[in-house]
Amino acid sequence: MARYLEINKKQTKEETWEEPFYLNMGPQHPSTHGVLRLFLELEGETIVNCDPIIGYLHRGVEKLSENLNYNQTIVLSDRLDYIASAANNTVFALAFEKLIGLEVPRRAKLLRTIVCEMARICNHLLWLATHALDIGAMTVFLYCFRDREWLLNIYEKICGARLTHSYVRVGGVRQDFTKEIIEELYRFTEEFPSRIYDYETLIDVNRIWLRRTKGIAVVPAEQAINLGLTGPVLRGSGVPYDVRKFRPYDAYGEVDFIVPTGKNGDTYDRYRVRMEELRQSNRIIRQCLDKLPETEGEPVLAENAPDLLIPEKVKEPKPQPVPKKGVIFRGVDRPIVPSGEAFASIESPKGELAVYVVSSGSNKPWRLRIRTPSFVHISAIPYMAKNHMIADLIAIIGTLDIVLGDSDR
Amino acid sequence: MKELLNRLKEKFSNVILEIQEKDYPTIICKRNGFLDFMEYLRNGEGFKYLIDLTGVDYLNYPQKNFEERFEVVYHLYNLDNKILLRIKVRISENDNWQYSVTYLWKTANWFERECYDMFGINFKGHPNLKRILMPDDWEGHPLRKDYPLYLEEEQEWINYKEFIQKIKTS
Amino acid sequence: MGVEKNVVEIASGIKQIPGTPVVISPIDKIINWARAGSLWPLTFGLACCAIEMMATGASHFDLDRYGIIFRATPRQADVLIVAGTVTKKMAPIIRRVYDQMPEPKYVIAMGSCACSGGVFKTYSVVQGVDEFLPVDIYVPGCPPRPEALLFGLLQLQEKIKREAKKWGFWR
Repeated sequence: MARYLEINKKQTKEETWEEPFYLNMGPQHPSTHGVLRLFLELEGETIVNCDPIIGYLHRGVEKLSENLNYNQTIVLSDRLDYIASAANNTVFALAFEKLIGLEVPRRAKLLRTIVCEMARICNHLLWLATHALDIGAMTVFLYCFRDREWLLNIYEKICGARLTHSYVRVGGVRQDFTKEIIEELYRFTEEFPSRIYDYETLIDVNRIWLRRTKGIAVVPAEQAINLGLTGPVLRGSGVPYDVRKFRPYDAYGEVDFIVPTGKNGDTYDRYRVRMEELRQSNRIIRQCLDKLPETEGEPVLAENAPDLLIPEKVKEPKPQPVPKKGVIFRGVDRPIVPSGEAFASIESPKGELAVYVVSSGSNKPWRLRIRTPSFVHISAIPYMAKNHMIADLIAIIGTLDIVLGDSDR
Repeated sequence: MKELLNRLKEKFSNVILEIQEKDYPTIICKRNGFLDFMEYLRNGEGFKYLIDLTGVDYLNYPQKNFEERFEVVYHLYNLDNKILLRIKVRISENDNWQYSVTYLWKTANWFERECYDMFGINFKGHPNLKRILMPDDWEGHPLRKDYPLYLEEEQEWINYKEFIQKIKTS
Repeated sequence: MGVEKNVVEIASGIKQIPGTPVVISPIDKIINWARAGSLWPLTFGLACCAIEMMATGASHFDLDRYGIIFRATPRQADVLIVAGTVTKKMAPIIRRVYDQMPEPKYVIAMGSCACSGGVFKTYSVVQGVDEFLPVDIYVPGCPPRPEALLFGLLQLQEKIKREAKKWGFWR
């Protein structure tokens, strides 16, 4: 649609459009993916200026976590980016482990990597479903939700919840995988590449899809970095920045995967990057599953992991019976959190998700800062939407893959 | 890494107060001359990507060894050399403003707005400094330590109070 | 009255004379029956629960089989599903959407946050959507499973079928 831009501009100038036209889009709008409000200044149907207004889902998570202790905070993290909550749990746990100085067992690292990559697949499937639905392809929505349901069922077997897992804990994970789950995951990884092929046959060469996505919202690499874009949006512009490769965490250092990048930095390239990431995620899950038998029988929670309720003060150590494997509730004679600060970041499905935590030595964080990708991505909408049509704005919101719970916190 | 820190220390000895070795190298600097320092980091050293910008309120912090109340924390990243740098500027309560870095990194625009919204720190040179998460006529800055977590009835936001009143009477 | 012996009950309280297009019923019953069979909820996702609401409407759980089809505009909707956390900034907008819906209208509070504020007892969150909306059905859970939402919608249908004096200007 961008190619009609110049013609349109000439027309609008010839006609007597003296005053700009203002349009309010949202917060209740079917394709703003939540409660995003966009205040548009239009010239005909072309966007001259765009002012995103957020905060309609600001729940005060940062303030609330200053009043909860470290393990309780992880429960809140589920509700940030609710599509990929395993990734949120992981970044919180990583930051707290850095603060306490915990070493996570290798099996727990592998399990975390698996749930994180499952979260990535879940997220990208939902993204593809809604993005395609916004642009006009209904079938993709139904296909994607069918496969997403499969993954959610596996999640349910792992931890009992579909969306809000809280499976990753400070010092490891909640419990080990059963044999049944591993078999199910093997079946999934076997089947999933053919499903990706299915989606691609639906839209990859679809003429409407190509026209709606090619050449829309082009972001050059230099500008993308300056805007702070991360994740698939940045990689679509050709910058191979991926936290999994640049600052490896969990078991990403020992698995083999490719970071796909685009060339033109338009909506279609970002779509291609995400589709390729689905395949790579599938590969990573497969590799981790293959490594699981090596660590059979290892604990999944670090020996000195803090309890569910971290004590305010250290008690006198008492002699204790040896805890059984996999039992979470143990004695409260654990070290409290030292004062200091820590910064941890991961590659969440949407981009770089970072946590900066300041501790005062008590069992509650003094300050917990969450840097979320959606917040930054929404701030980039005015730059991307400029001189595009209103219809393209829907494609732009879709391609950025934003979640308002993530951005407003 | 060491080379970079030494180079910075030499060049900006009047700006840098202290260099701490934490999980990432942390540079604490003064507000005067801060913009030159940031400009050099971005254009001279290649810290093209601003990961995060946030504030911290240190009111009644138990292990506090400085006077000022707020800290503004920057996390910078060099994509070529893979170096992460943390930069802190301390800001007192009475004189709570800081230079805006929006003209260097466009990302900082919304981060600074959020910092203003949550802590009440003014950013000089920001193009559009207004509240972002809270409504425009909200009173107080929620993430300050003296702000309550839950608002009792008398502290309630006035627009919401009126809204509820209107519905109950209609 | 020989007719009464042959009638067949096609729904509770609605009778048909076999072989004829004649239905015998109180008008309340037949309108409620029609109304309960075609509930059109408004797609109004706020937070996590919206994802489960979408999942309920998608291929696996398939809301369409109950005659429940999501509409994107309040002008054509019967049910407002408040799916997620309601903040004080958002509350007037939800009320406006509710006011735009035509009568009769129903409200389902989906999820702990909409029911009572949930875990978020903070400065910016409304402690339960019933502070400013008349809620018909509460669906607890964080987030509720799609089955729970389905059950809530079916309960709403039951509620509609029991209505007697809510509508009708000729009474």
